[in-house]
Amino acid sequence: MRHKSRSVLPGFGVSLGITCTYLSLMVLLPLATVFTRSAELSWPEFWSTVTSPRVVASFRVTFGASLAAALVNSVFGFLVAWVLVRYRFAGRRVLDAMVDLPFALPTAVAGIALTTLYAANGWVGKYLQPLGIKVSYTWLGITVALIFIGLPFVVRTVQPVLDDLELEVEEAAASLGARRWQTFTRVVLPSVAPALLTGFALAFARAIGEYGSVVFIAGNMPMRTEIVPLLIITKLEQYDYAGATAVAVVMLVASFSLLLTINLLQRAARRRVEA
Amino acid sequence: MTIQVRNLCKAFGDFVALDDVSLEVPGGELVALLGPSGSGKTTLLRIIAGLEPADRGAIFFQGEDATSTPVRERQVGFVFQHYALFRHMSVFENVAFGLRVRPKAARPSEAEIRDTVMGLLELVQLDVLARRRPSELSGGQRQRVALARALAVKPRVLLLDEPFGALDAKVRKELRRWLRRLHEEAHVTSVLVTHDQEEALEVSDRVVIMNDGRVEQSGTPEEVYDHPATPFVYGFLGDVNLFHGRVGGGRVSIGRGTLDAPEWAGAEEQAAVVYVRTHDVELAASPAGAASLEAVVRRVRAYGPLVRVELDLVEGGRSIEAHIPRARCERLALARGRRLFVSPVNPRIFAEPA
Repeated sequence: MRHKSRSVLPGFGVSLGITCTYLSLMVLLPLATVFTRSAELSWPEFWSTVTSPRVVASFRVTFGASLAAALVNSVFGFLVAWVLVRYRFAGRRVLDAMVDLPFALPTAVAGIALTTLYAANGWVGKYLQPLGIKVSYTWLGITVALIFIGLPFVVRTVQPVLDDLELEVEEAAASLGARRWQTFTRVVLPSVAPALLTGFALAFARAIGEYGSVVFIAGNMPMRTEIVPLLIITKLEQYDYAGATAVAVVMLVASFSLLLTINLLQRAARRRVEA
Repeated sequence: MTIQVRNLCKAFGDFVALDDVSLEVPGGELVALLGPSGSGKTTLLRIIAGLEPADRGAIFFQGEDATSTPVRERQVGFVFQHYALFRHMSVFENVAFGLRVRPKAARPSEAEIRDTVMGLLELVQLDVLARRRPSELSGGQRQRVALARALAVKPRVLLLDEPFGALDAKVRKELRRWLRRLHEEAHVTSVLVTHDQEEALEVSDRVVIMNDGRVEQSGTPEEVYDHPATPFVYGFLGDVNLFHGRVGGGRVSIGRGTLDAPEWAGAEEQAAVVYVRTHDVELAASPAGAASLEAVVRRVRAYGPLVRVELDLVEGGRSIEAHIPRARCERLALARGRRLFVSPVNPRIFAEPA
């Protein structure tokens, strides 16, 4: 057995050790603190905190808007990646670089800019107002902000996979009589699905934790446009540390189970493509 | 199904890929497009398939203009050099793809699809691997799947783009024979693109030799090999030696040696290029007539039925190659440094372009 486990690459033990220590220090330890702080509450106290109507409403807003934003990003992020990979046009490099801007921009700046644009008298908002569509200070506004910050994840995960997808495979499908749409759904999409799912999961996770850009556009009305991160901050400001961490624990557990599910789905999809 | 190609032109930017190409593929035949890379053969194949539009010219399938028919309506089977299999589908589903994407009215039943696909997989001897993924197959097996997939839609024309190019030499030879047998059974009009002369000459009914976007010559393998129309064809098919000399009055002179050249009897003396196949070079210990040229053996490689001998001509310093039978090699006691006399047989003479 000992002989078999010896790999050509040295340092397996060392690198695994560093990885575990690093992850423990940077991820596990801070998260564990959240659990220990919330443990200061008794079980009934904990339960009544996390099931209070205001908290439940904020969960609904955060997870709902994050899901909607991640779905929108999956569709349009795929489209952006497709255009960047498949077409050669003037300004392609500039457009490619622009995709990363939501990563670099301070989220507060993005939030203020979006609020100004979509406010009732803003550049975009004034055209939506007569149609009865309100974006700023509504659930829709939150989704718009989350779409903004999540876009690069989908584009950047799908792009390399599309790049690797041989054009010949699509030509083969066409020569066999497949229409454009059939080639897309039966050949292109299944090959890209694992990457798309990864991009979706990353955009979704990022949206759940997002605070800076959302607070400006959300209006932060309890029960309607209050997101979980904001609620946690509010509780902290009221020195309700245990309450804040209790909400954080539920959010962590929910996010982790969702991400784990997506990961498993994605592994199944990958196996289909690569096996 | 005859294919006619008329006056096809295609350019990619400044690069002319096809320059007024016309050719005809008789129904049921297997035609090889042979040429070096960049000669336009793949472009021609892709235009026949409808994967690439032509700048000018027309394609006819059985006399019917197919120039602007989209690829999916052309009913061509296309086999790619790198297989282009659908990675996320089993071997079975790959072959079934062309049947499954048909409009509902024309789609066969599940049972019919099963029968067709399994029949084809049997034909390509892969029926036991129907459930595998392409990534679990060897290169040769993948290409056979690709071929079965192309045949599943009952194509009017089978087009193969360097189908054995990515395989190792032994598998390539096997698949070549196998393709020929398959063609004799199915008789689908087929066009095979290759840069391998041996492959083209062995497998096809007719060979079309292309160079620089033009057709240099077409004919049966025997015709093009024995009667090459241009110096390019001569040089491209098989190993040749090249001599510079002068021709005229029914004789050609190479250095101090002279050979008969009856077809040049009436011509004025001019510079000429003389081609001699490596197996048409005779070696002798003493001069044999006027054509003999003195040479020194540089290297002898004795494997297989023919011995490959490299020689340096004493006069002019050119080096040439001769392939001679083993027995002859032993009789001459060939070894490095040995002095010999070389006489070309069956020379092919082309006037040197001015």
